[in-house]
Amino acid sequence: MRRFPKLDLDMQRRTTRRGMLLAGLQGLFVGTLAYRMRHLQVEQAGEFQLMADQNSVKIRLIPPARGLIHDRKGVLIAGNEQNYRVTITREDVEDVPGVLHDLSRLITLPDDEIDRLIKDIDKRPPTLPITVAERLSWEEFSRVAVNAPVLTGITTEVGLSRFYPHGGDFAHVLGYVGPVSDYDLSKMQDPDPLLQIPKFQIGKLGIEAKYEDQLRGKAGTRRIEVNATGREMREIDRREGDPGANLRLTLDARLQNYVLARLGDNSAAAVVLDLQDGAVRAIASAPSFDPNLFVRGISSADYQTLTENDHRPLADKTVQGAYPPGSTFKMVTALAALEAGVTTPDETVYCRGYTELGDRRFHCWKKGGHGSVSMVESLEQSCDVYYYEMAQRVGIDKIADMARRLGVGVRPDLPMSAIAEGNAPTKAWKRERYGKEWLIGDTLNSGIGQGYVLASPLQLALMMARVATGKALEPRLVQAVNDVDVAVAAPESLGIPEAHLRPVRGGLFAVMNGKSGTARASRIAEPTMQMCGKTGTAQVRNISAGEHASGVVKNDNLPWKQRDHALFVCFAPADAPRIAVSIVIEHGGGGSTAAAPIARDILLQALYDGFPPLTAYPEGQRSLIEEQRKTLPLADPASFTGGSARA
Amino acid sequence: MSYLDYSLGTIPTGWRKLLHVLWPLVFLLSAVCAIGFLMLYSVAGGRLDTWAEPQMMRFAAGMVGMFIVGFVPIWVWRNSSVVAYAVSLVLLMAVDLVGEIGMGAQRWLEIGPLRLQPSELMKVSLVLLLAAYYDWLDVKRVSRPLWVLIPALLILLPTALVMKQPDLGTAILLLAGGGAVMFAAGVSLWYFATVIALVGGLVFAVVESRGTPWQLLQDYQFRRIDIFLDPGADPLGSGYNIMQAQIALGSGGWGGKGFMQGTQARLNFLPEKHTDFIFTTLAEEFGFVGAASLLTLYALIVAFCFQSAMRNRDRFGSLLTYGIGSTFFLFFAVNMGMVTGLMPVVGVPLPLVSYGGTAMIILLTAFGLVQSAHIHRPR
Repeated sequence: MRRFPKLDLDMQRRTTRRGMLLAGLQGLFVGTLAYRMRHLQVEQAGEFQLMADQNSVKIRLIPPARGLIHDRKGVLIAGNEQNYRVTITREDVEDVPGVLHDLSRLITLPDDEIDRLIKDIDKRPPTLPITVAERLSWEEFSRVAVNAPVLTGITTEVGLSRFYPHGGDFAHVLGYVGPVSDYDLSKMQDPDPLLQIPKFQIGKLGIEAKYEDQLRGKAGTRRIEVNATGREMREIDRREGDPGANLRLTLDARLQNYVLARLGDNSAAAVVLDLQDGAVRAIASAPSFDPNLFVRGISSADYQTLTENDHRPLADKTVQGAYPPGSTFKMVTALAALEAGVTTPDETVYCRGYTELGDRRFHCWKKGGHGSVSMVESLEQSCDVYYYEMAQRVGIDKIADMARRLGVGVRPDLPMSAIAEGNAPTKAWKRERYGKEWLIGDTLNSGIGQGYVLASPLQLALMMARVATGKALEPRLVQAVNDVDVAVAAPESLGIPEAHLRPVRGGLFAVMNGKSGTARASRIAEPTMQMCGKTGTAQVRNISAGEHASGVVKNDNLPWKQRDHALFVCFAPADAPRIAVSIVIEHGGGGSTAAAPIARDILLQALYDGFPPLTAYPEGQRSLIEEQRKTLPLADPASFTGGSARA
Repeated sequence: MSYLDYSLGTIPTGWRKLLHVLWPLVFLLSAVCAIGFLMLYSVAGGRLDTWAEPQMMRFAAGMVGMFIVGFVPIWVWRNSSVVAYAVSLVLLMAVDLVGEIGMGAQRWLEIGPLRLQPSELMKVSLVLLLAAYYDWLDVKRVSRPLWVLIPALLILLPTALVMKQPDLGTAILLLAGGGAVMFAAGVSLWYFATVIALVGGLVFAVVESRGTPWQLLQDYQFRRIDIFLDPGADPLGSGYNIMQAQIALGSGGWGGKGFMQGTQARLNFLPEKHTDFIFTTLAEEFGFVGAASLLTLYALIVAFCFQSAMRNRDRFGSLLTYGIGSTFFLFFAVNMGMVTGLMPVVGVPLPLVSYGGTAMIILLTAFGLVQSAHIHRPR
């Protein structure tokens, strides 16, 4: 199709005028560009030529010292140690492989490591010093230093490297640092130039990772003049960086050490909370591992040992582990029942050893039944039937609501890695998760903390803390950043009336001190320090129909992996609560025998801020306790003197 | 009118079109490309096969494309402008979608062996459509609000998509390129004044928004602005590019260090030495003389486009030529402005010189449109 162009002379003239204007504007900019080039290339040429001349002025980064981490009393728990290393700067080197080969005759540098380095060096900006080898012995280091004049581009330097003086004590909560990886870099937009330094250490897990930005600090720079072979002649100027911020945690290094020692060989987790402000005094997952191994680059043999251990030392059971809370959950059901108004503390329920629901029987742990029990008695003796009844009356959704208010099923906000949310199941949750309707049997199981209910040891401690104080405490780990205290809001009330909390606490008191309390053996004798607590046992396996007929197999006769988890939560002193403790011993058996004694010892240790007098223990146990103290693998007390900071 | 125009008195057909090609433009483009080959050869350390050779292949393809496009009658292009715009827009959205799936910035669309950057295509299609729009629109309505709103939306839609990628450089090019066509078409100057005032206000708001929860740019983009204002503040981080580029540029001096003698680029001080920052190598090796020459060549290319546009009585052809000339101008102006430190680093390549996928082919083909407008102009 052929078309005829519009001929509008007026418009044409206008367009031409506009074209002229456009051309004029553009011409103006071209003129500016030309002027700018003249300015740079003619007027300032001398200055720039000097800078480019062999690029004799070079800029070097000064890596900042990573922030230190102390416990609440000023004991260093993450510091820096001196690290002798050898670096190479590409812009100074003509023949990188050649120089590295020369270097390999002075220090151990395998061929595959050289190949890897060459690839690495090519990827990085030429001005960055790249670490060739670190943690050299003094001999190796001086051998390189003496020969440095013939090794162009090779520099020996003393850097800082992360060091954890308490080994495994804080491995899970602090995490560890490691060399920055390509994967780390790929997650960041416009990363800090520091991170371009290969093997630069950044936090990989735990607080080290969560507080990375504060701990890292800011790089300084120095401009140096070098001669033709790249040797530094003089420093022109220096812009100091900022060292990373120091953290003071709420943790108590000594208590933490005690907790880990007391947990021993168990696969276990324990959390100690200060009831004043929710400060975490100790949070330990056993067994632990030495984070220094990861800082130095762990050998595959060591790593394999850690991953193959069936006690899972790498997992942080305190926040990552989610366990059925078992009978410790009964306080939640009790509070939900009181709040819903479906019972009173004095009402009694008759336990004949089981509850019938349709054609199914839900057993109480005590075969013959407890007879008539009130709320206090139900907690004291941990009667299941009482809670089957209460759970049925209240309904699951109200129990879940109470659980969330007490912290179960809500992800706690702590600077640790992979924190589990736990689970406070509701009808809607089951429909969504499994596509199935909620059954009344599920309610019964949930009422005694089995089935779908899950909580981490941290959540259990939080639940205990909230019941003990009636306040919505939040756990916290960081006390101060650079000696400036982190602001904490005063905890609000949970909105649970004291009249409801009192009988529950009374029940928990009876657990420890009542005549038929399930954890009576683990009580505190000292009258001003008496404790409240609750045992729990979480089933790991399903009990088969055959066992139902022939009687349940005893835990001790089962393989370790199939034994029940032992749980215990407690707080003290009963009349003026200060400390709450939760403890989970994986496959430990019953809560009263495996978990309660350890929890009591930890509680006393925290209350007395050290070893309690033997009189705090019931009379019959004192000699045993004394014996046990001698064999505990505790760290040297000298390592807990405050401020013994290394670098 | 030249002798040929006079004697034929009508629009040429067949091979006669060859006589009416705007040959100076062809020569200028070839000269700029040739400089590009030299520089790519130099930054590759004297190797042809790294960058120079593939670039030459693209040049050949682009030239063929230019002549083919140039020989097709201009009204064919006018009639296909809507389709071109629609296709570009769909491709642009497709890239956004792919990018979203890949969870990151994505500018490329891979169709078999072809790597296509739809934003490149959009630069041309947008100018094409706007020219056709103003050709169709009654001139009396050009400045009526509704009829200004339509082209404004046509520009903003792809700009927003490109911004999302995020590719600030291309977004600026689209916005300003489209604006140039509207400007040439005779839209009232008040609109432009208003937009400039608004942009000024927006820049102010952006700077003010920093640190507030509703901040309008990413943190790294703010940092780029900081570093543009004071490259010395971060000499090893993002300021490194600017510092090293200026050292290279400045150390070239009057006559430069000589071909292949540049130390900055060769020693790998320069980032993206073969793409966005290639101008620094030219300036270092050939000095002010070399840099000014390239600038002159560029300016001449735009000048020839504008001259052709002014003489063209066909409104579509004229506006199209203005648009492509202006887009080309923006290309090199933004790049050179960024390299010389007049503007922040936004990531725009130096047209026809930087090593770049499809950019060269598309650019040369776009000049084919200018040729077509020139050959088929009414006499």
